[in-house]
Amino acid sequence: MSSTNTTAHSVVEPTPTVKRIAGAIVILYALVTLVPLAWIFLTSIKSPPDSISYPPKIVFTPTLEGFCNLFTTRTRQTPDYIQSLPAPTGACDEITRSRNMVIAGPSNYWPRFGNSLVIAFGSTFLAVSLGTLAAYGFSRFRVPLADDLLFFILSTRMMPPIAVAIPIYLMYRQFGLSDTALGMILLYTAVNVSLAVWLLKGFIDEIPREYEEAAMIDGYTRLQAFWKVVLPQATTGIAATAIFCLIFAWNEYAFAVLLTSGSAQTAPPFIPTIIGEGGQDWPAVAAGTTIFLVPILVFTIILRKQLLRGITFGAVRK
Amino acid sequence: MSEIKIVNLRKQFGDFVAVEDSSFTVEDGEFLALLGPSGCGKTTTLRMIAGLELPTSGKIHLDGEDVTFNRASARDIAFVFQLFALYPHMNVFRNISFPLLSQGVAKAEIRARVEETAKLLRIDHILDRSVSGLAGGDRQRVALGRAIVRRPKCFLMDEPLGTLDAEFREVMVHELRELHNRIHATTVYVTHDQHEAMAMADKIAVMNHGVIEQYGTPQEIYNRPASMYVADFIGSPPMNFMRFHSGLKRGMRSIFLDGVEVAVPEMGEDAAPGEMALGVRPEHIRFSDRSPIRGAVYGSEYLGTNQIVAVETAAGIVKARVSADRSFRLGEAVGLEFNPAKLAVFDCASGRAIASSLYAEARHG
Repeated sequence: MSSTNTTAHSVVEPTPTVKRIAGAIVILYALVTLVPLAWIFLTSIKSPPDSISYPPKIVFTPTLEGFCNLFTTRTRQTPDYIQSLPAPTGACDEITRSRNMVIAGPSNYWPRFGNSLVIAFGSTFLAVSLGTLAAYGFSRFRVPLADDLLFFILSTRMMPPIAVAIPIYLMYRQFGLSDTALGMILLYTAVNVSLAVWLLKGFIDEIPREYEEAAMIDGYTRLQAFWKVVLPQATTGIAATAIFCLIFAWNEYAFAVLLTSGSAQTAPPFIPTIIGEGGQDWPAVAAGTTIFLVPILVFTIILRKQLLRGITFGAVRK
Repeated sequence: MSEIKIVNLRKQFGDFVAVEDSSFTVEDGEFLALLGPSGCGKTTTLRMIAGLELPTSGKIHLDGEDVTFNRASARDIAFVFQLFALYPHMNVFRNISFPLLSQGVAKAEIRARVEETAKLLRIDHILDRSVSGLAGGDRQRVALGRAIVRRPKCFLMDEPLGTLDAEFREVMVHELRELHNRIHATTVYVTHDQHEAMAMADKIAVMNHGVIEQYGTPQEIYNRPASMYVADFIGSPPMNFMRFHSGLKRGMRSIFLDGVEVAVPEMGEDAAPGEMALGVRPEHIRFSDRSPIRGAVYGSEYLGTNQIVAVETAAGIVKARVSADRSFRLGEAVGLEFNPAKLAVFDCASGRAIASSLYAEARHG
């Protein structure tokens, strides 16, 4: 019961040399994984000529051109016409005019980004909610055929989801779910819910039943006991599960390409299309990718403790 | 406060019968201990009274009302769990106030009642602490506080002292009994520890394999065990059994143990010839050189105020609790004398005690 911090197993204290080697490996690995991210960010603040220069430029003059191009659509004009315009209203206006173009209007980036937010967070919320309830049920009640049902739930992840892309495409067309946020939320929820059930069942199994029983004795219904006693103790598991679900839904590309094209299109299929608008505009693509990385980064940093515990879950006993 | 009445309660898990046809009544303000080894059905019985488990058949009446199938939350009972089950995400105050919150008690009254309860249990100085950092005894008191704060109809406790170390357990036994004397709550207390049961309970139900072997006061259970199981389970060292083969007739006042006549309480019933056991408590044995029941000292255990001497006799090893004054050599020949008024005779086949004047006393008070 008492979670005293007794050393259940003896750990040999690593020597300073071992620590240094381990540290070096970790730093090296971090560098390797961070290089692509750094490269994307650096490209986003290069000018288009700098971005495609060979050998690649490490030292360059940063510019916001990539971000300007990401957020706007532009039309090419004659220098005379541009001269005749009133003074530029901002930095982007100025940069665009220097390329003999004028801003025609906002790009679709923010609406697509918004779609991604709605669909990813919506499906994560649904998958985690359903997963928590299902996991609680499997954990606490004698569900008939529980093992078979759990295996069935797991089996939905055994083939790559894209294998059923065509049937889903046809079904969605029939039901009018193609290119709708609702359709994408349902799809990602369906994919994620099995992961959520399995992860959360592990966490809820670890919460002693006595807590709910105590709450029921204390005058609460099972649902109230679940809400007031089980959920607060399952937050770690829920947070870890939510991150896994969110990352999948946020990054998903194949179904997004297939099922969304217009109003419900998410950012992943949109970002590559930026390159087509006016040549090889790598800085704009990189800018779109940089911004696209931010929500997951923020979410992960906020929940990093829970995530760490979620990943090492089961490996370390209290 | 109120009376708990259990009628023919039975619980089956698949093929396993956890509780078999139990009936008993805990009177208002009474402290009942359900005593037995693990797996004997005592916790299942308690959980059925609490509503955490539904009986296969039988009835549970609380204060005259049939609550057999009522939800736990609707029974107005408190339960103290073996591992306390304090809500880890709440501090001490919130833990104790939790049952009041479900009843919609006003905030000011909640504060007053929690503080009053905390004072009673001497934990009013730790109300703001998190429960995860508390020592075992304080956790125990918080769990008790959560139970008594709403003044329920009865308390159910499932081995609440099981996780405490021996020294502290004695302190808590005393505190629990004192608490009971003060608030007179009907209490059902599950334990496998005979000392806890003996020290605290008004009544004890000794359970074995889902069956209540005996229900009575600690004195009855100790002095007039209804079965060999009870006689063996209660007392340390337990009752000695000296086996003999015989039939019994009503009115007999002695039996023959290896040819030696031993006076016993007057038999109250006949018994067909078979294997019998003479039950003797260690403290009802005296050493007497003239006694025809002979044995050799096998070992002794010095306990300060007295000592337990094991003697090897023709009927097996017999342990006697005698004064610590005399010291014994291993192998020393001794004679044993029993207090005839306190002897019990059991039928080995059924394990049941044979009715005798010893048991008649029980019926006449």
